[in-house]
Amino acid sequence: MERDPGPGGARRALGRLLEAVLASRGEANAVFDILAVLQSEDQEEIQEAVRACSRLFGALLERGELFVGQLPPEETVMAGSQGATRKYKMWMRHRYHSCCNCLGELLAHPSFQVKELALGTLMKFVQLEGAHPLEKPKWEGNYLFPRPLFKMVVEGLLSLEEDRSLLLSQFREYLEHDDIRYHTMQAASDVVARVANGHPEVSWLGPVSGGGQWACGVLVLRQRLWQVPLIFCNNAFMLLSAVSLPRQESDISSFYVRRTELLDKWKVTHLKEHRRAFQLMWLGFLKHKLPLSICKKVLVIMHDSILPHLAQPSLMIDFLTRAYDIGGAISLLALNGLFILIHKHNLEYPDFYRKLYGLLDPSVFHVKYRARFFHLADLFLSSSHLPAYLVAAFAKRLSRLALTAPPEALLMVLPFICNLLRRHPACRVLVHRPGGPELDADPYDPGEEDPAKSRALESSLWELQALQRHYHPEVSKAASVINQVLSVPEVSLAPLLELTAFEVFERDLKKGPESVPLEFIPARGLLGRRDDLCAQHFTLS
Amino acid sequence: MGKARSAGARRKAPGIPVGARGGRARPNPNPFEVKINRQKFQVLGRKTRHDVGLPGVSRARAIQKRTQTLLKEYKERDKSNVFTDKRFGEYNSNISPEEKMMKRFALEQQRQHEKKSIYNLNEDEELTHYGQSLADIEKHNDIVDSDSDADEPGTLSAELTAAHFGGGGGLLHKKTSQQEGEEGEKPKSRKALIEELIAKSKQEKRERQAQREDALELTEKLDQDWKEIQTLLAHKTPKSENRDKKEKPKPDAYDMMVRELGFEMKAQPSNRMKTEEELAKEEQERLRSLEAERLRRMLGKDDENSRRPSHMSADDLSDGFILGEDDRRLLSYKDGKMNVEEEQSREASDGESEEEEGEDSGEEDPEESDDPDGHSDLESDGESEEGSGTPEKERRHAPGKRLTSDGQKAREAARTELPYTFVAPESFEELKSLLSGKSIEEQLLVVERIQKCNHPSLAVGNKAKLEQRGKCQGRSEQAENHPLTFVPSKATAGPGGGRHGALASQKLFGFLLEYVGDLATNDPPDLRVIDKLVVQLYNLCQMFPESASDSIKFVLRDAMHEMEGMIETKGRAAFPGLDVLIYLKIAGMLFPTSDFWHPVVTPALVCMSQLLTKCPVRCLQDVVKGLFVCCVFLDYVSLSQRFIPELINFLLGILYIATPNKQNQGYTLVHPFRAFGKNSELLLVSDEEDMATWQRKSLSLHWASGLKAQTKTEANHTRLSCLAVCLALVKRCVLMYGVLPSFHDITRPLRALLTEHLADCSHPRELQELCQSILTEMENQKHHCQPLICEKSKPVPLKLFTPRLVKVLEFGRKQGSSKEEQERKRLIHKHKREFKGAVREIRKDNQFLARMQLSEIMERDAERKRKVKQLFNSLATQEGEWKALKRKKFKK
Repeated sequence: MERDPGPGGARRALGRLLEAVLASRGEANAVFDILAVLQSEDQEEIQEAVRACSRLFGALLERGELFVGQLPPEETVMAGSQGATRKYKMWMRHRYHSCCNCLGELLAHPSFQVKELALGTLMKFVQLEGAHPLEKPKWEGNYLFPRPLFKMVVEGLLSLEEDRSLLLSQFREYLEHDDIRYHTMQAASDVVARVANGHPEVSWLGPVSGGGQWACGVLVLRQRLWQVPLIFCNNAFMLLSAVSLPRQESDISSFYVRRTELLDKWKVTHLKEHRRAFQLMWLGFLKHKLPLSICKKVLVIMHDSILPHLAQPSLMIDFLTRAYDIGGAISLLALNGLFILIHKHNLEYPDFYRKLYGLLDPSVFHVKYRARFFHLADLFLSSSHLPAYLVAAFAKRLSRLALTAPPEALLMVLPFICNLLRRHPACRVLVHRPGGPELDADPYDPGEEDPAKSRALESSLWELQALQRHYHPEVSKAASVINQVLSVPEVSLAPLLELTAFEVFERDLKKGPESVPLEFIPARGLLGRRDDLCAQHFTLS
Repeated sequence: MGKARSAGARRKAPGIPVGARGGRARPNPNPFEVKINRQKFQVLGRKTRHDVGLPGVSRARAIQKRTQTLLKEYKERDKSNVFTDKRFGEYNSNISPEEKMMKRFALEQQRQHEKKSIYNLNEDEELTHYGQSLADIEKHNDIVDSDSDADEPGTLSAELTAAHFGGGGGLLHKKTSQQEGEEGEKPKSRKALIEELIAKSKQEKRERQAQREDALELTEKLDQDWKEIQTLLAHKTPKSENRDKKEKPKPDAYDMMVRELGFEMKAQPSNRMKTEEELAKEEQERLRSLEAERLRRMLGKDDENSRRPSHMSADDLSDGFILGEDDRRLLSYKDGKMNVEEEQSREASDGESEEEEGEDSGEEDPEESDDPDGHSDLESDGESEEGSGTPEKERRHAPGKRLTSDGQKAREAARTELPYTFVAPESFEELKSLLSGKSIEEQLLVVERIQKCNHPSLAVGNKAKLEQRGKCQGRSEQAENHPLTFVPSKATAGPGGGRHGALASQKLFGFLLEYVGDLATNDPPDLRVIDKLVVQLYNLCQMFPESASDSIKFVLRDAMHEMEGMIETKGRAAFPGLDVLIYLKIAGMLFPTSDFWHPVVTPALVCMSQLLTKCPVRCLQDVVKGLFVCCVFLDYVSLSQRFIPELINFLLGILYIATPNKQNQGYTLVHPFRAFGKNSELLLVSDEEDMATWQRKSLSLHWASGLKAQTKTEANHTRLSCLAVCLALVKRCVLMYGVLPSFHDITRPLRALLTEHLADCSHPRELQELCQSILTEMENQKHHCQPLICEKSKPVPLKLFTPRLVKVLEFGRKQGSSKEEQERKRLIHKHKREFKGAVREIRKDNQFLARMQLSEIMERDAERKRKVKQLFNSLATQEGEWKALKRKKFKK
C-alpha cells in the first residue's frame, strides 16, 4: 500500500481500501492493509484506521457477512473444502477477531483519544454483535450477548499498570444501560478473581490490637496489605463504584443492545439477578486484601451505594468487622456500615460499645471524618435503654478529650455531652451531686478500656467546669449550661457537626456592629509592656 | 338631697350603722320627720344608701323649689315682657367678685371714655385717685379743707362717736369714773358734757387752722428767700462746668487704667490649677474606672446593662437638650506666663471645633508643629474622654524619648529636610513612597506630621459623618494612585482641608498597618521601625476605633483565608509569615484582650488557635513562630486567665520533639505533631559540647522570618533556647491554670513528658532546674474535686386554676359579657332610671301645678263669695236703711 504523506492522505487511502473491500469480495485482502495501520506509530493514522475498521466491520456485521457459529481455527478453514462464501465469511470473522484484539490492545495506548475511540468502536461492535449474534441461538428466544468481546473490554479497562480513571469515566455512560451493567458486573467479578489469584495472599491479617495509635496502625497495615496492585484496585474501585443499581424492578428497561422483545426468562431482566451479580462482584472484590486508601473509599460509599443493593447485606459483615478492627479512621468509617447491619439486619455484634469507647481518643477531634463519627455516635447513644454506666463513661471520656479539642470541635462536643445527660437522667449525677463527699482525686480511670469498669458514674464533669474558662466566648457559654438544671429539649447537633474553625472565625467577624472597646494602657512599642511574655522571651534584634 | 345630708345626724338612732356620708349634720332634726327603713338582715359589704330618710323635709324642699321656678313660670305664662338683668356677670359664678367688679369698672370707664364728639381734642381721660379727679386734687391742693381732718382722722373719733352714737351713756360712765378718780367732782349733767365737748372740738379746729396759716406764711417767705439766693447761684454754676470741660481732653493714664479695669470684663473664676498629686489622683481614678469597665466586659455580663435605657432626670424636659461639656479652658501657665497666645490663635483660626478634640488643635497649627515643646496645653481637663486624653499624654512621651535618643543636631537636620505639612496619602503606595528610604526618626516624623496635618479636629462637625463613610472606604481606594504632592505652604492645614484630612488620617491606619506588614515581611524585617510605629498606630486607633478594628479584621481575615485555602488544597497549612504574627501582637495591644467578647480580639484568638492546630512544625523557624504565637496567646489571656487547650497541646508537641522518640504511655500527641516521622526529633540536641556552651537568652524575632543558623552550634543553641522558652511557657500555664478544676487532667501529658525529660539527664542544668520547678509546681497544686452541683433554679410553680376575673361595674345582671356590652347595658340602665326619674318629676310638677290651680280657683271663688256677700251685705244695709227711712217717713 502506497502511503501519502499526512493524515489526509492516510484517510483517503483508507477510504479507498474500505470502499474496495465493501464493494467486492475479491478485494478482501485489503483488510490486511487496514489492520496493519492499526499497529502504526502515528496516532492520527491509528485513529483513521480505527474509524475505518469501525465502518468496515459495522457494515459487515449488519450485512451478516461474518460467519455465525463455532469458529474453527484459521488453518482448518483454509484447508477445508467448504464453499467459497463460507470460507470468506470464516476468514472475515477471523479478521474481525484480530481487529477486536487490536482494538483491545489499543485501550492501553498512551494517547487518550485513541483509547477513547477504541473503546467507542468496541462498544459499537458489542452493540452490533448483540443485535446480530455470531452464535447460533440454542433455543428459541435464547439470550445472546457477546460476552467474550465484552469481557475483553472490561479487562482492558481494569488495567494492572495504568490508571484508567478517565476512560472509566467515559465508560460510565454505558453503565446506564441495564444489560451492559449486568454483564459488566459479571465480567468484573471474573477479572478481579483472576487478577487476585495471580497475586496470592500472604496471610489473613489479624486485627491490630487496640484502637490506640491510629498512625502506627495505618503504618503497619500498609506494609502487610500490599497484595493486589494498587493501580488495579483503583481501577476496579472506579468501575465498581460506578455501578449503581436501580431501586425498582420496573426500572430495568433500557438496553444497549436493541431487542425486539424482552423475554421474562432472561436473567438480565430481573433486578434480583442484578443484585446477585452486584453482590458477587463486591464480595469478590472486598474479600481480597485491599490498600487502606481503597478501603476508606469503599467504606465511605458503603452505607449509601453498596449495602442497599446487596441481595444479602449481612454477608458484608466479614469485611466490616475486619475494617472495624483495624482501628483509626477506618474503624470510624466502618461504624456506619456496621450500624446499618445492626440496625436493619439484626446483626449481633459483641462489644460494640466497648470498641466504640475505645475509638475515642484525642485525635478524634482532628480527623477528617469527625462530623460523620459524631453523627453516628449520637445515633448509637440515642437509645434510652443504654445502661447509665455506659453513657456516663462516654460522657466522661468525651469531656476528658474535650480538654484538648479546638474550639470548633468543642462547640459540637459540649452540646453532645449535654444531650447525653438529657437523654439519661440517671447520668445527671455527673453534673449534679448534692451532698457528695469531697474527693482527693478523680475516681474515673481514663486508661480502663471497659466502660463498665471506668467508674465514671462516681465522677463529675470537672472538665466542663474547666472549659467554662475557655477563651472563646461561645465555648464558655456552651460549657456553662451545666451550671443550671439542663433544659428538657435536646440541642440539635446537625448544624454543629460540620462546623469548621474558619466558619467560627467568620461568624465572630460578622457579629453585630457593636462599639469597639479600646485598650487604655498606651502602647510603648512592639514589646513595650512590662509584664509582657513576648518581651520576656523575644527580642527585636 | 337633704336626705343624705341629714343621715349623718342620725347617729344616735339605734340600729343605724354609722354612715360615712358626711353631710353637715343638721343640729336638731325633728325626730318625727325621720323615716327609717329598717333592714331585715345585715348583708356584709352592701352599702345601704336609703336607710334613713327625711320625707317631710325633702318634700318641703321640693315644693319650695317648685314655687321658685315652676310657679313663677306658671304665673308669668302669658306675659311677654321680661326683666333682663344686664349687670355684667351677675349670674356668672365662674368669675370671682373682685374680677367682676374690675370688669364692671372697666366697662364703665370705657363707656365714659367713648368720645362724645370727635372734634373735641381736649377731651381726655380723667385720671382719678380714690375716685377723685387728679386735676381737682391739684387745684385744691393748698386749700385747707377745714372740715376734713385728714391729719389725724382717728383722734377724736372714739370719743366723738361714743358721744354721738352711744347715746352718751358710755361716755358719761367713763367720764364719771375718771372724774371721780381725779377730782372727786360731782358728775356733770349730760347736756353740759356735750356742750363742753363741742366747745372743745371747735377750739381744736381753730387752733389747727391758725397753725396751718402760719406754715403757709413761712413757706411763702422761704420761697422768696430762695429766689434771692438762686440768682446768686446762677452766676456760679457755669464756671464749674467750664473747668470740667477743660480737664476731660487729657485723661490721666492712671485714671484710664482704673476706668478700664473697672469696665473690663471681670476674670471668670476658674478652677485652680491642679497640683501634681491631684493630677495623679485623677489619673488613678480614671484608670480605676476603666479597669472596672474592663472587668465588667471580661465577665461578659454587660448584656442586660446595655439594654437599660439611659437615665432621665425628673427635670428632663425631653427636648433633646444636653448640657454640653464645659469647654472653657483651664487657666494654665507656661514658663511663668499665662497661656494666652494659644487661645488667641485658636480663635483666630476661625471655626475650629469646640469639641474636646479641639483642645489640642493649637498643637496642630502648623506654626506650632515645629516647636518641639509646644505641648503646653496638654493639661487638658481630666474629664475629657479617654480617646483624646491618652494620645496626648502619649505624645508627650514620644518627643521626650526622641529628645533623649537622638542628637539635637540630627533632628535639626531632619527638620530642615522634611516639609512641615503632608497631604495625607490616598493609597498605600503613596504612603510607602513617603516613608521608604528614610531613617527611623524621619519616618516617625513624617507619620506624626501627616497625622497632625489631618487631625479630625480640623474637620468642623464632620467627625460623625466621616466615621461612617470611612468605614466603607478604608480599602477600596487603594487602587487609585494620586500623584504625590508635597505642599510646603502652611495654608493647607487650615480648616478647609479638615474634612479631607480627617478621612485621610482615618485611612492612614489601614495604610500604616499594611506598611507594618510590609516591613515585617522584608528580609531582614525592620522591627525597630515597627516598634516605633506601634505607638502611632495606637494613637490612630484611639481616634478611629471603628476603622482601626475594620483594618485589623481585614488583615486577619486575609491570613485566615489564605490558611483555609491551603488546608483545603493540601490538607495542612504552613505557618504564616512574620507579618501575621505582628498583626496579632498589635491587635492585642490596641484592644482590650480580656473582654468576654470583642469584635477584634475574639477572631484574633480563633486565628491563633488555628495557627497552633493546623500548622505542622517542620523546621526551627516554625518552632520559633509557634512559640511566639503561644506567647501572644498567653498575653491575650494574661488578665482573664482563660483556658487554651490548643496551647497545651502545642507545648506538649514542642516538648515531644525535644525528646528522643519512644513509645510512651501517658500522653497522646494531637494533630500538628506526629509521634514518628521526619520532624519528630526536631529540637533534639545530642551534641554535648553545644549543650555545655549554651547560655540562656531571649529568642530573636529574626528567627521567625527566615534567619538561617550559620553553624551547627548556633542552631543547637537556638534549639535549646526554644526549649527554654517552651518550658517557661509551660510553667506559666501551670501557674495560671492551677485553679482550674481538672488541672491535673489537663497537665497529665505534660507531666509525663517532663519526667521523661528529667530522666534524660543530658540537658543543661538550667533547663533541668526549670523542669524540676515545673514538676514541683504541678505537685503543689491541690486536687479540686468538689462534686458538681447545679445552681438551684426557681421551682416551677404548680399550675393553678385561677378564677377568671371580670371587672364588675355595677351589681346586677350586667356582668359576664364584653366590655362594650357591659357599657351599653349600663347606659341603658342609666337611661331607664333617668327616664323614670324624669317621669316622676313631671308627674310631681303636674300635681303641683294642679294644686296651685286648684288653690287659685278656690281663692278666686272665695273672693267672689266674699264680694257677693259684701254686695249682698251692702244691699241689705241699703235696703234696710231705705226701709227704715220709709218707716220713718211713715211714722212722720
